[in-house]
Amino acid sequence: MIILNINYILNIIITLFLIGALGLVLNRKNILITLMSIELMLLAINLNFVIFSIYLDDITGYIFVLFILTIAAAESAIGLAILTIYYRLKNTIQIDKIKRIKG
Amino acid sequence: MYLLLIFLPLIGSFCAGLFGRKLGPLGASCITVSCLCLTFFISLFVFYEVSLSNCCVYIKLTPWIDSEMLNVDWGFLFDSLTVVMCCVVTFVSFIVHLYSTEYMAHDPHLPRFMSYLSLFTFFMLILVTADNFIQMFVGWEGVGLCSYLLINFWFTRIQANKAAIKAMVLNRIGDFGLVIGILIVFIEYKAVDYATVFALTPIFTDKFFNFLTFDFDLISLICFFLFVGAVGKSAQLGLHTWLPDAMEGPTPVSALIHAATMVTAGVFLIARTSPLFEYTPSILSLITIAGACTAFFAATVGLLQNDLKRVIAYSTCSQLGYMVFACGLSNYSVGVFHLVNHAFFKALLFLGAGSIIHAVADEQDMRKMGGLKKLLPFTYSMMVIGSLALLGFPFLAGFYSKDVILEVAYGKYTLEGHFSYILGSLGAFLTAFYSTRLVYLTFLSSPNGYKSVICAAYDSSYQICISLFLLSIPSVLIGFYAKDMLIGFGSDFWGNAIFVSVESMNRVDAEFITHIYKILPVFLSLLGALSSFLLYLFSSKLLIQLKMSITGKKVYNFFNKKWFFDKIYNEYISQAFFTMSYTVTYKIVDRGIIEVFGPMGLSSIITKKASDISKLQTGYLYHYTFLMLTGFTLVLGIRQFWVVLGSYVDFKIFILFFVLSFFIRKK
Repeated sequence: MIILNINYILNIIITLFLIGALGLVLNRKNILITLMSIELMLLAINLNFVIFSIYLDDITGYIFVLFILTIAAAESAIGLAILTIYYRLKNTIQIDKIKRIKG
Repeated sequence: MYLLLIFLPLIGSFCAGLFGRKLGPLGASCITVSCLCLTFFISLFVFYEVSLSNCCVYIKLTPWIDSEMLNVDWGFLFDSLTVVMCCVVTFVSFIVHLYSTEYMAHDPHLPRFMSYLSLFTFFMLILVTADNFIQMFVGWEGVGLCSYLLINFWFTRIQANKAAIKAMVLNRIGDFGLVIGILIVFIEYKAVDYATVFALTPIFTDKFFNFLTFDFDLISLICFFLFVGAVGKSAQLGLHTWLPDAMEGPTPVSALIHAATMVTAGVFLIARTSPLFEYTPSILSLITIAGACTAFFAATVGLLQNDLKRVIAYSTCSQLGYMVFACGLSNYSVGVFHLVNHAFFKALLFLGAGSIIHAVADEQDMRKMGGLKKLLPFTYSMMVIGSLALLGFPFLAGFYSKDVILEVAYGKYTLEGHFSYILGSLGAFLTAFYSTRLVYLTFLSSPNGYKSVICAAYDSSYQICISLFLLSIPSVLIGFYAKDMLIGFGSDFWGNAIFVSVESMNRVDAEFITHIYKILPVFLSLLGALSSFLLYLFSSKLLIQLKMSITGKKVYNFFNKKWFFDKIYNEYISQAFFTMSYTVTYKIVDRGIIEVFGPMGLSSIITKKASDISKLQTGYLYHYTFLMLTGFTLVLGIRQFWVVLGSYVDFKIFILFFVLSFFIRKK
């Protein structure tokens, strides 16, 4: 059995999370990519919970993962619903065009 | 009775001022004049009781300020000095009241005028009878206020307003000095009443006082500031410019201000505080020099003035110089003696001038008069008496006091004594010259006025003539009759009122000076009068030629424009102050620094920064997410950063970054 160093896995997770975060920030075109980035960040967090749950030999992490999965599903459902409604109203889902609320 | 002496003029003033509308001009005049008449008789009685029977009176009315160390009472002190002043003030004031009832008869505001005159007298009486510095200051400021009210009595005239403001402001400069002097007295003596201060003075002779971080001799410092007050009030060189301008008021006002009341307050102050002044020889010599310069300066200026009242005004200034330098030579009684004589003949001159001005349809320029001798015979004789008394004609009032002043000046045998003797003698010559010039140009020369004016000229009737006549009596006689009493050798008239230390007493020395120096001032006076008379009578062409020559023009301008004092003051001092108060205090400080760092600047900076920060919210989603990311990173990262770099990097640099972050601008 290959024993993986936890640091290795944590590096992967943080890379995943950063990809998600940077996807949020650097994405200037498509709002779907924003939603996907959020999903990616949630996945990275889930993975993190799983890893630590195994590492610390504790069940609480799994429970949280299940919760987060549900919440992620609900969130993407609601997000997509908002998106469709918005598309219906504005006829576009380009991020550049969504700038009506200024400071 | 003693209090009645002080408060009768106040009662008269209130009656005329508050109920003038009900009483009418006649009623107001009757009340004020009779009040003043009564006051005069009371003061004669007081004079008899206090100084002839040698019985000083001290009345403590009520405590005024009673706060730990500071005790100020409303107290009235009647000693010889006070009662002499009281008699002079009430007499001249009574005459002026009487005179005003006719002179101002056609003025619609006569009750107001009488009210102010009485108030003026009241404040002057408060000034002379006070038994402490604070109460004296009440009178001091009161006469300043009344002079303001009286000088711009005709308040619709812009010149009168300006002259009144000038009088008030220049007096206030002196008052400021007086206040500082009184405060120093209180700080050191812990008392402000004369009795305590004068009794303690010998103990303080070698004490020093720290003023503006410099150590000064205490008594010299006090006396210097008291003298600054006297300079303002008595119009000595430096703060004299208000006095000639005060001619804008009605003539009786000039008589009151210049003869008996206001300007004598400075001399009175010096005489009253003689126990202080006696301990500072340096300030005494300063006073001597200032007085002598004033006497000479004002006499030269008076020489070439063309305004009838201005000539007399400058002669007042000059005579005050004589009084002040007499006081500076420690001969306070001589100074007060001259003050008394001067009050009578100067009031006579001013009221006579008023009579002339009244007769020639309010024309004040001497060049447009002339030939009034036949038309105003009574005024002419009175003016001649006044002028002769002023120029020190033998056996008239001015002769007795002025000659004694010059004698004691020579008899001092010090540098400043001789200095003041020389300037005083020259001043006497010039005084005689311009007095004669005044009489000649108004009365004796050929008529220069309009025919209609000359034809309508006549002597004024009862009140004016009576008051002139009443003034002419003491102008002739007071010098002779009061000489032995006031400055007689070994006279104990003054009692404790005036203190002269043994070292500075020089009346005996003055008695035995060389004969030629005694006779010189009289000789110079007579020469001045005679030369002026002859020059104007026979060789007026020569005078014109002299005036029209190139140097003559310059000299004439120099003297006629008062040595350019007003010009220098206006252009270099007043203008500088106005400019400074506009550019520095108004533009830079008020509208500049305070607004930029105060409410205006602060609010504008906050608004600008707030709008800058709110511009961060651009509306773009990815900007928001970026800000969230950086914010989270900072919040989470700062502690880690601290752990790693905290020992190497000074935390103050982050404050700098934080502050700088407010200055980030979008291009």
